[in-house]
This record gives sequence, structure tokens and C-alpha cells, in this order.
Amino acid sequence: MDKNAALFNYILRLADTNLILGHRLSEWCGHAPFLEEDIAMANIALDLIGQSNSLLQYAAKTEGKGRTEDDLAYLRNEREYFNSLLSEQPNGDFAFSIVRQFLSDAFDLHFYEVLKNSKDEMLAALAVKGHKEVIYHFRHTSAWMQRLGDGTDESHERIQKALNELWCFTGDLFEMTDSDKYLVKEGIAVDTNLIQDKWLRSIDEVLEKSKLSRPADSWQQKGSRQGIHTEHLGFLLAEMQHLHRTHPQATW
Amino acid sequence: MYTKEQLYEFLSHIPDPEIPVISIQELGILRDVKWKDDAVVVEITPTYSGCPAMKAIEQDIIALLKEKGIDKVEVSQVYSPAWTTDWMTEEAREKLRKYGIAPPEKSTQDKGSITGKIRNLACPRCGSKHVEMVSQFGSTACKALYKCLDCKEPFDYFKCI
Repeated sequence: MDKNAALFNYILRLADTNLILGHRLSEWCGHAPFLEEDIAMANIALDLIGQSNSLLQYAAKTEGKGRTEDDLAYLRNEREYFNSLLSEQPNGDFAFSIVRQFLSDAFDLHFYEVLKNSKDEMLAALAVKGHKEVIYHFRHTSAWMQRLGDGTDESHERIQKALNELWCFTGDLFEMTDSDKYLVKEGIAVDTNLIQDKWLRSIDEVLEKSKLSRPADSWQQKGSRQGIHTEHLGFLLAEMQHLHRTHPQATW
Repeated sequence: MYTKEQLYEFLSHIPDPEIPVISIQELGILRDVKWKDDAVVVEITPTYSGCPAMKAIEQDIIALLKEKGIDKVEVSQVYSPAWTTDWMTEEAREKLRKYGIAPPEKSTQDKGSITGKIRNLACPRCGSKHVEMVSQFGSTACKALYKCLDCKEPFDYFKCI
């Protein structure tokens, strides 16, 4: 197996998920329920896009074909994107966005904890940084899960519905390709099988406090590690990439 | 030709673009400066991954060195060790307080400062410890929003990370 190609693909997975989730969150900017929350969502979006920027720079360097982080973000098509299916789901109502973020934060929390010990120095360094930021994100979304879950009848109903709808995309977070498994053996990648129980425990703890119930295990939609996405990613990329593709040589 | 120490001295006076009362050196953003042949290499570390001030800081560094007659400047970002508020000097903390920003807790090792149970947080205006968090996320990535329940003023808290 070509280690460099495997690493490039793996970095893209991490970078893309952060970029797409950050972009989704940024769509709330100016629209969140109140000012402080608007700022909070924009701040989290900024952290995620920032993490993605560092990762894409590293991916470009790893690939070594002269592409830049902007080329990777703005000039790849849907099938060349490896972000999680969860990250690309449209915002829906506020409860829906909070659940999407909460499930993702809980994953990142445990994922970065392990990635900190990666034998790849750059990934380990970025994981240390990302982990510090995700602790704040997880605290924020956990608090919202409780406020909405244990709030009014309507807020409870909406957030439970969001959880039920998004649950089928959580299995995809843990998917590993053969090249991921190879990187796990090399001590570089995270074996997601080993963090699934911890992730579930973190989710359950918050759900219990929020008076919400975890959906029963059922069909899980997968495919993002092969670049197969839900219909929503194409529309997101069209908007995100439009300006860059219209003016490909433009710089600030 | 300037020495490494002289270069460091120049750069250590560059103010942070968002909190101009403290410098990038006091904040711990400026990590190293060295000569590489006829170019100067400056290493900086981001506070938060998405901190938009990094670009402004980079431009400030290039502009300042240009003033000193150095045209070849490389600014590179280093990620390890990850930036922490523990690097902030006591003097810088005092400057923040006077500016109206409650400084970060002294040690990130104290988990309370990360989980939200901050013991020594006081209003930077009246000194009261009778304060309440309004939002974990404030005007910049590195700050949270609080209010003082005694003097009733809102204030920023520089988050411990």
C-alpha cells in the first residue's frame, strides 16, 4: 500500500468533515435565534474551518503535486469529497442543527483524544489543538441538548425528532477503508471501533439528563469514505465553490 | 545585519490586532525568529485554529521587517506545542484586566477552568466575584462573555485553553 496516498486520503476525510460542517454552521450567521447564539455558532464554524484549513494545507503538502489548500477546497467535485454524511445534512430547524453538531462534537472529542498519540507528528499536533477547541463545542451543544430536551413540549418534540432523523448517519462516522486500517496498523490513524463505545456513553449521559431517548439501532446509511454522498452535498459545494470557480485566479 | 536577539526585540513590540494592549510576544504567539541565508524566518503559533487575526499578524510582521530593511521574510505557523493561555505572563494578565478583559485562569491543569467552574474569576471593573456567564463564545474566538451581578457591567473573559 502506498503510505503517502493513504495518508493524503485520510487527511482529506478529516479536513472535509470540518470544512463542510463549518460551512453548514456558517449558514446560521445572522439567522440564529438570538445574538449570543449567533456569535457562538459563527465561532464554532470558525474553529472548524480553521482546523480544516490547517489540514488541507497538510494534505496538499502530503500529496506533493503543487496543489494548495484552496485548490483542494474549491476545485474538487462531490465524489472527490470524503466528509461524513452527518456533516453535510442541511440545517433544518435550530434543534436539528444542534443535534447534528452534538453528535459530531461527541465523536471529535474521542477521536482527537486518540489522534493526539498518532505517530504522524503533524496530525498529533493538530489533534491536540482541535481537542482543546472541541471541549468547548461539546459543552455548548450538550447544554443545548438539555435546554431543548428538558424544555417545553414543543422543544422536546422537535429535538427528539431531529435525533431520530439524524441517527441513521452516525454509523458512517465510524467507517474505515482498507487504507485507513493500514494507517491504524502504522500507528497513524484512529481505530474508530475502539472509540464507538465511549462515544455512545457520552451521548447517553447527555440524553439521560435531557430526558431524550436514543433511537433504536436500525438501518445505517454509509458511503462517504468512498465519496458517495447524500443529495445535499452537491448543492452545498455549488454555493461554496461558485465564487472561486467564477474567478479562479483571483487573490485577496 | 541584525542579530536574532535584535529581530526578536523588534517583533516583540507588535501589538495583537484584536487586543492591542498586549503584544504578540506577551500572548505567546511569537515562537521563534531566525536567519535562513539572507531571509528571516518567523515562527508563530495560532491561538485558535480559525483565528482571523493570524493573517493580520503575518502582514504586521512583514511590514515591520520591511521597515528595518529586510525584504525576504517567511512567516510560518507552528502547531506543536499547541498554544496555551498558560504562556501568558503575569504582566500581560494585569494589562488585560486594566483593559477590561478578565484574564485567563493561571493553569489549564486546573480542569475547573475548562469545565466552567472558574474559582477566581472577578469582574475587571469592580473586582466582584459575583459574576455570571452569558455565553461561552464572545467577540473573538479566545473570549467568553460574562456579566457582573454587582456593578451590572458586561465583560469579556479570556478563555483558558
